[in-house]
Formats: sequence, structure tokens, C-alpha cells
Amino acid sequence: MLEAYPHNTLARILLWSFAALAMAFLMLPTLVVVPLSFSASNLLEFPPNAYSLRWYENFFGSATWMAALRTSLILGTLTALIAVPFALLACISMNRLGGKTATTIQSILLTPSITPGILLAIGLFFVLAAQRLVGTLFGVLVGHVVLAVPVACIVLLPALARFDWNQVQAARSLGANWARAIGGIIVPQLQLSLLSATLMAFLTSLDESVISIFISSGRNSTMPKLMFLSLRDQIDPTIAAISTLWTAIVVVVVLIVTLRQKS
Amino acid sequence: MTVTVDTALAADARRERRFFLSLSLPALFIVGLAAILPILWIIRQSFLTTGGEYTVGNYQKVLSSGLTWSALVTTLELSLGTLAICILLGTPLALALASARPRVANVLMAFVMLPLWTAILVRTYGWLVLLRRDGLINAALTGSGLTAEPLPLVYNFTGTLIGMVHYMLPLFLLPVYAAMRDIDPNLIRAGASMGATLGQVIRTVIMPLSAGGIFSGSIIVLIYTIGFFITPAVLGGGRVNPLSTRIERTLTTFQDWGSASVLGILLLVLMALIGVMLLAARRLLAQNTVDAPHA
Repeated sequence: MLEAYPHNTLARILLWSFAALAMAFLMLPTLVVVPLSFSASNLLEFPPNAYSLRWYENFFGSATWMAALRTSLILGTLTALIAVPFALLACISMNRLGGKTATTIQSILLTPSITPGILLAIGLFFVLAAQRLVGTLFGVLVGHVVLAVPVACIVLLPALARFDWNQVQAARSLGANWARAIGGIIVPQLQLSLLSATLMAFLTSLDESVISIFISSGRNSTMPKLMFLSLRDQIDPTIAAISTLWTAIVVVVVLIVTLRQKS
Repeated sequence: MTVTVDTALAADARRERRFFLSLSLPALFIVGLAAILPILWIIRQSFLTTGGEYTVGNYQKVLSSGLTWSALVTTLELSLGTLAICILLGTPLALALASARPRVANVLMAFVMLPLWTAILVRTYGWLVLLRRDGLINAALTGSGLTAEPLPLVYNFTGTLIGMVHYMLPLFLLPVYAAMRDIDPNLIRAGASMGATLGQVIRTVIMPLSAGGIFSGSIIVLIYTIGFFITPAVLGGGRVNPLSTRIERTLTTFQDWGSASVLGILLLVLMALIGVMLLAARRLLAQNTVDAPHA
């Protein structure tokens, strides 16, 4: 973009050293926890004097953490399984209706993602309290689904826009009902986008913290809730191990999604 | 004959529209259940006593409390502070990325997006480790002799602001980077060939053409930061109390549902006000870009 200014070396150096600093700022907190998670000491010394896997053992050996991991994985899976079909149907509906109706539906579906998490959390808390459902998996699940639907829509809407609807028309004229047309034509052709949407919905649920903190409790506490509580009390290196595992998993998932989309 | 076919076709089209509309119902239902109903419930709860009777006492109590107003001020300070730093850091970074070769830019963007993919609590933990009194940054500062004493970098406003900027910077960067990438390089070449310096080109070509992106980025920053909870709750260490953490404390520590709801409504009002101001600002911005050629 700035090729027209090949001789402004000083400006270029300044700009890039600034950019390098900003990027270091962005990556530092994610990277710093990795060596700490392998430390042998419970002091957060950097670099660690001796290395061990004790914090990983601590995590996998703790009944509380394992219960939270189980809760989070179940929640993430259920969220993806509910949110993606809902989002797919809504996207088909928006794609076919078009115009003002589609815009209205889209803005309603996007509302939860711009509403502060704390408002959704306390509102949901009141609603669930009235039904005596606070602390149940169901309560957190509806909260996560409502946040995952827009995320899935963002992936699926552009994919549907590229879809050739004549195929559905043909199938319908040959006597296929809508369920068949969707299951037999749309779903197989959107496979990759559906996979991305599923992974993104899963990650949305896994990372969601505020609703979890207010609604989940006891055995149904999620990973973010337990991490939040332990960060408030003390800085336990077990969290470094969890953070490292978590980031590794997310990086793998994101790599799968982006590489598959490119191929 | 044609009339009956037409009406039949119209009826068919209507039926199909109704069918397509019905496909949105599951998603709309869940939004109603898990987002709209909860917000309405907050409004209802704000008018109820603990015993469940109608009252305006919650409003009197919350609005006459100094804590509420200081929470409001803290909320605005955090949001606007984050916005200012995002613009200062993000705009040059976006310019650097946009001026890089596409291949390099793609790789660098992946690194910029890394924090976006890192769980919020993982990042918060990372900052705690870095910013603590005996953390990495203070060790580096005292070790190199830059400061004699470790600086108070966390469990205060500074730490909260650092955490919030870190969260928002990639989200701010995306629209700015996209806007800068879309600038026609010929405009810059034209500027250069007419003798404009790099500074002039940045001021008169690149910045005006990126204004839309910076504006979108700013909206995103304001919308997100106004209700930020995790970062102030952890990195603020109880000393930084925007509306969000005050809502939490009122609800869980004091069990005062009514007051917590009033605070929630204050947050909603604040969001609505910001929304209105942004719409007005966008209209002004649009007018200015239309007027620009005549000026």
C-alpha cells in the first residue's frame, strides 16, 4: 500500500517497531502461561527453575476440576447440537424471505450478542429463580444457545448465499418434501460450513463466563466459573496448566476450521 | 381462468412465505426465552420489594447513593479510556498490517487474532501473572533498574484498563484493517507523484478513507466495554467498580434483587444513550464525506 514511499525508511522502521510492540502486547498473556504450567514450584517464578507435570496431574487428579470439565464439555456439545440446527433453519428462512423481514429477524437474533452479559445473566437468574431452576444445566444451556445462535448464523448466512436454490426447486418438483430437501441437499452441501458453525458454537459455550458464574453452581459449575472463583481467591498454577491445555485445543480447532475452508 | 390461476399462485406464494417464516421460529423463541424475557424481568424486578410488593423505593435508594454515581463514572472512564488507547494503538498497527504484503499480512493477522481465540479467563490469568507485584513485568522493571520499587500494575484501574484494551484491540483492529485494505493504492501513488509527503498522504488520503472503519471499531469497543464484567472483577481486585461489578455485588453479597435490577436498567439506559449518540455521529460523518468534494 505504501510502495509509493520506498525511501521513507525511518517512518517504516518506526511504524513496524510500533506494530511489533502492539503485537507483543497482544500475544504475551497467552504465551506467558505456557512455561509456567510446566513449573515444578508453586511460586509463579519466570522462567521456572525446575520443570514438572505436577500442575497437569493436579488438574486431572482433582474431582472438582474433572466435574467442571465434564459439565463444560456436555454444555458445549448440547449448545452446538441445538444452536446449529436452529441457526440453519433461521438462515434458510432469512435467505428465502429477504428484504425487511430478513433484516428484522437478523437484528432480533443478534440482540443477545450485543447485550451486556451481566444483564442477560441477572435477568436469566431472576427468570430461573422463579421456576426454581437456578443451578441446573438447563438454565445455563438456554443462555449459551442464545449466544451461540448468532455465531452460527454468521458462518451459515454467507454459505447459504452461495447455495444454488435451483437444486431444491428440482427436488421439490420431483416430490421431495422440505425435510428431505434440507436433509438431502442443503445439509450435505453445507457440510464444511456446518462443521465450522458447530465448532464455533461449541467454543462460544466453552468460553462463556458471565452466565455460567451466575447460573451454574455446585456439581454443575462450568470451567470458567471455577477458574473465576479460583482467580479471585489466589493465583494457583493449576490454572496455568488448564490455560495451556485450553489454548492448545482452541488453536487446533481454529486451524482445522481455517485449513478446511481453504482446501 | 387467468384470474383463478393468479389467485392460486398468490395463495401458494403466501403459504410458502409463511412456511419460510416458521423456520425462524425456534431461533426467535430461544431469543425470546433467554434474552427478551430476562430483560423484561429485570424491569419488573426493579419495581418490587424483597417481599414482592410494588415499590419505587429501589429507584430512590439506588439513585440517591453515591456508589451508583461513582460506578457510572468508572464505567465511562473504563469505556472511553479503552477506546482512546485502542485508537492510538490499533490505527498504526492496522496501517502497518495493511501496508504489508498480503502473505505476510495474513500470517500476522493470525497472530493478532490469537488472543481473540484465547478464553477470557485464560487471558485474565495471563495478565495477573504478568502484572503482579512480583510478576514478570515488575521483575523486568526493577531488574533493569528502571524503577526502584515494583509498580502497582494490577488490582487497580491500570490493570483493569490493560486487560480491557487487550480484549478489545483485535476487535477494534478488524474493521480498521478492512477499511485500509480497501483503499485504492492508486490514490496513494497519485498523492506521491504530486509531491505529497508520507505524512500528508496519511493525513489527507488514508485517515479520511479509514474513518468509517475506525468509527465501526469504536462502536464495537463502546458496546462491549460498557458491560464488561470479568476483567474488572478479577484485575480490579475489588477496587474498580463499574456498574457491572456493582450489580454482581448487590445481587450476590447483599441479596438485594430490586437494587441490582435498577442498576441493570441504568446500564440499559447508558447503552441506549450511547446508541443514539452513535447514530447521530454516523449521520454527521456521512454528511461530511458527502460534502467533502465541495469543500
